[in-house]
Amino acid sequence: MLEIKDLHASVEDKEILKGINLEVKAGEVHAIMGPNGSGKSTLASVIAGKEEFEVTKGSVALDGEDLEEVAPEERAHKGVFLSFQYPVEIPGVSVTNFMKTAINESRKAKGLEDMPAKDMLKLIREKSELLEIDRKFLSRSLNEGFSGGEKKRNEIFQMAMLEPKVAILDETDSGLDIDALRIVANGVNKLKSKDNAVIVITHYQRLLDYIVPDFVHVLHNGKIVKSGGKELAMELEEKGYDWIKQEATV
Amino acid sequence: MDLKEKLISSFMAFENNVDIEHPVHDIRTEAIKNFETKGFPSKKEEAWKYTSLNSLQKIDFSIFPKEDNALEYKDVKRYSIHEIDTYKIVFIDGIYSSYLSETTHDGVDICLMSSALTKPMYRQVIDVYFNKVASKDESLTTLNTAFSREGAYIYIPKNKMPKKPVEILHFATGNEASLLLQPRNLVIVEENAEVQIIERHQSLTTNEVLTNSVTEIFAAESAIVDYYKIQNDANTASLIDNTYISQKSKSNVKVHTFSFGGKLTRNNLNFYQDGEYMDSTMKGVTILGEKQHVDHHTLVHHQQPNCESHQDYKGIYGENSTGVFNGKIIVDKIAQKTNAFQQNNNILVSDKATINTKPQLEIFADDVKCSHGCTIGQLDEDALFYLQSRGIPKKEARALLMYAFANNVLESVRIPEVKKRINKLIAKKLGVNLGFDL
Repeated sequence: MLEIKDLHASVEDKEILKGINLEVKAGEVHAIMGPNGSGKSTLASVIAGKEEFEVTKGSVALDGEDLEEVAPEERAHKGVFLSFQYPVEIPGVSVTNFMKTAINESRKAKGLEDMPAKDMLKLIREKSELLEIDRKFLSRSLNEGFSGGEKKRNEIFQMAMLEPKVAILDETDSGLDIDALRIVANGVNKLKSKDNAVIVITHYQRLLDYIVPDFVHVLHNGKIVKSGGKELAMELEEKGYDWIKQEATV
Repeated sequence: MDLKEKLISSFMAFENNVDIEHPVHDIRTEAIKNFETKGFPSKKEEAWKYTSLNSLQKIDFSIFPKEDNALEYKDVKRYSIHEIDTYKIVFIDGIYSSYLSETTHDGVDICLMSSALTKPMYRQVIDVYFNKVASKDESLTTLNTAFSREGAYIYIPKNKMPKKPVEILHFATGNEASLLLQPRNLVIVEENAEVQIIERHQSLTTNEVLTNSVTEIFAAESAIVDYYKIQNDANTASLIDNTYISQKSKSNVKVHTFSFGGKLTRNNLNFYQDGEYMDSTMKGVTILGEKQHVDHHTLVHHQQPNCESHQDYKGIYGENSTGVFNGKIIVDKIAQKTNAFQQNNNILVSDKATINTKPQLEIFADDVKCSHGCTIGQLDEDALFYLQSRGIPKKEARALLMYAFANNVLESVRIPEVKKRINKLIAKKLGVNLGFDL
């Protein structure tokens, strides 16, 4: 489904990703772990198409189509979703209006009519219940004054609304207390199917207790230096990242 | 003959049509003398550095419009907040239209300045309030004072509130090749009384119009005034709006100025706080394109302790448009515990658009909180990417962000239909066609 080959990416001439290879198939959950500054968030942004990063070599392909020339909004229409580590506050646009705009723009790109208001409301209600989101919350300005937990829950709510093929969760667990973590993980698990895939980017094993990965990759210095099953996450939790760093230098 | 000469020589003709025995005429005579001495402001004056009236002075404006220009309600309906019932004071080419208006004397006076300035029953109020807060030496204000005859007169007695908002609407029909209008409004809101006013000037053709308007507002103790100015005029219409507000203790006056159109617009908005524990609010949304020019000059004079003022002006400038924000705050030595806030944020969406923004703080008290912030920027790239990553194309994402930026000022608008109308005007001006109801 998502195929990353020898991906190199730079920002302002500084190379951050130095040859990433990763294949994510439908139905799989991949976890990407690694110390701060290893390139995890950059990888997420590059997959979503942030223009600030320049892909200098290699490729990202979705269902066999190279995404290089594809704008972020088109990637979204094709089924890429990024849950932001730091969701942006947009005062003046309510969560509901934002979602309506996003959904209808996606439909427009697919040559479909706007979703009828009634269906939209039904969908919003259904998905907000999944994330245990209060109705009042939906009329608030997008992310404005939201707590860390509310922002992350709102990201997963958007994911539920947009039903992507590949969802990248960039440190969705940071800033969450245990209850919020469970709600978010539960939401992701309910959205999982054999037809979609999830990439979980995290520092800690904690989230992976709830969203169980099929594969765990360790990113260090812009490269995947180790891959394994879910037990690799436990090992990292226990031993930290130092041994990986050493192994990588050796 | 230039405009100044024409105006001065027209004053005698004007005198034939007003009661020169009335005490107000002494004020007019004094004012025309002042105008004669000062003339129109030039760019040499600091306050007019970025706004030139030169080209307007070259136009041969008609000063006294012909009477009986009629308009049908259906032609002007869309310029009023027709979704709700309102009192209306409507002028066509400066002349009162009783046909389009709905005035009242039922417990409150919502009527005409021409009545207030001539009928004996208003004499006492006029003596106390007329030209008492308006500047005696600012040249455009004195010009208006000299020719003051018509406009809106609103008097709300103690503890009263009119049943519905008041609209002051000015239409220019284009029957004159070019027309100068000088409406004069007086708004008196007595103790614990309240009023909501919506003002709009609209030219219906492409003929030149220049409006030099003066509004005096007196808010007595605990009075509440909400004033909304909708400026979305034709590209051949210019407006100089001089608004003077005198506030007493515990009063609350809010002026919202929405500037989306017109050729040249100058807003001189002056608040004088004469009492304690009051609140003055000035909010503005300016969205310009083409060669439009808007100049906001605000003044808040804190003359007593324990008061607040809040200013929040947002501007979006495209194409060759130009904007000015000059916000002056004076805090007298006696005015301790003043809280004065001023914010002016601007987005330039074109390389050729210009904004000049300048806070001017003169603080003589030592125990005050004053803050001001001006920003001029482009749209936030991270926010753009966030919206795009949700499937919203770049163009729409930009429009949505600008809409959000401007829309944020509207929270304090208390008439939902006005808010909705402004939202629609903002969306239209930005070319936003969003997938949701405004």
